[in-house]
Amino acid sequence: MRVNGARVLAAPIDHVWSIVTDPERVLSYMSGITRWEVAGDLGAGLGARYRILFRVGAAEVGGLVEVVEFDEPCDFAWTSVTGLDHRGRWRLREAPGGRTRVEFRLAYVVAGAGLSGWVAERVAAPTVEGHVRRTLQQLERLVEHEQLRTRAARRRRPAARP
Amino acid sequence: MADAPTTTSPRRNGHRPETRIEPPAAEPSGSLLTRTWRELAAALQRRIPRADLDERDPDYIREQLPLFWLFSSLWFRGEVRGLGNVPDEGPVLLVGNHSGGNMIPDTMVFTVAFSTYFGVERPFYQLAHNLVLSLPGLSWLRKFGTVAASPENASKALSSGAALLVYPGGDYEAHRPSWQSSRVDFGGRKGFLRLALEQDVPIVPVVAIGGQETALFLSRGERLARLLALDRVLRLKVLPVSISLPWIVNLGDFGHIPLPAKITIETLPAIDLRAEFGPDPDVDEVYDHLIRLMQDALDALAAERRFPVIG
Repeated sequence: MRVNGARVLAAPIDHVWSIVTDPERVLSYMSGITRWEVAGDLGAGLGARYRILFRVGAAEVGGLVEVVEFDEPCDFAWTSVTGLDHRGRWRLREAPGGRTRVEFRLAYVVAGAGLSGWVAERVAAPTVEGHVRRTLQQLERLVEHEQLRTRAARRRRPAARP
Repeated sequence: MADAPTTTSPRRNGHRPETRIEPPAAEPSGSLLTRTWRELAAALQRRIPRADLDERDPDYIREQLPLFWLFSSLWFRGEVRGLGNVPDEGPVLLVGNHSGGNMIPDTMVFTVAFSTYFGVERPFYQLAHNLVLSLPGLSWLRKFGTVAASPENASKALSSGAALLVYPGGDYEAHRPSWQSSRVDFGGRKGFLRLALEQDVPIVPVVAIGGQETALFLSRGERLARLLALDRVLRLKVLPVSISLPWIVNLGDFGHIPLPAKITIETLPAIDLRAEFGPDPDVDEVYDHLIRLMQDALDALAAERRFPVIG
């Protein structure tokens, strides 16, 4: 089952990239995520591992994931090592006007569970779709708010001089 | 699911691979009813599988989780909070209040949440009443890590580094009347505390509400159980009477269709007994403290509920 959503954010691609690849900021915008911790010595980049949990229904699912694509500033993808089999991807592309088109994809499969797995995948889909949608909304708010603050700080700086 | 009983009798255990399981000693005399009961008990004792922690099968659990997740999410609208309070690794004794009769809905909801949170790779065992493991068609429970309740099995699980879930109140608590849903009642059983001290493992209280609303439990039927010698023969303190589907009046609770009551579970912060109560803790004091702690949490969960079943 694959769930995805996209949005155009009023921020440069580098800024969005710095946020989606920072493990310490994930909890501030990713909906449904209850844990995103660095596992191992590498904090970010290709091969970095994170212990993540994602609330779906009555359980928090997740496990250990590893970054398998780190193509700055365009593609950031991870895949599960333990726990629920899934892949996640942030796909960033420059848009006109210094903006960024952001696509968030989650693909998951409930392997080996037969009919109940097939049903569980579909029952979980609306919840996952909701999380993807809210994640993009929250990322938009976070990124654009930071842009506004940065611009306001820049405007205030010359006025403060004597 | 049940408490770690304090008895050390091998025949009560029935889970020691090196010991042949003997039926309860037969007395030369007795009524036909008593002899029949003894025969039945002996047959059930013979059915209790020997303990083997290796029977827990992570792949099997992983394959079954979606089914139980569906039940847990859709039927019971399960909500498990505070799993971050469970130490990330090492042995731990999870102590829960038991509800929902023999259908153990709270155990199912918690097991799903624990297995997805920590991964099926983390060894996790649950103690169950011998009778549960001897019933036909329930052998799959052993693959989930369910072992017969005995001090030996509990020690074995904890010394292997696993997380162990016990319900000290066992059948006594799980069959309390529905109007006592928000009461923690271990019936004075303290064996689990001695176990935690012996093994020097932290205790994590697990407080659940909603299970007792999956049927209308009327009475434990303790007097009836004593009259029929169920305590001596089957280690059953109760012969519960409830109103449940599809039986309407259900005597003994040999299965029922649970009502879709919302089940909420809260995991409280871990307690290091020696750090909090000194090097040689008084078991009675720890017991009273734990009951108070769990009762407070259960009262808070009960206060959140607006309607029975609906939650």
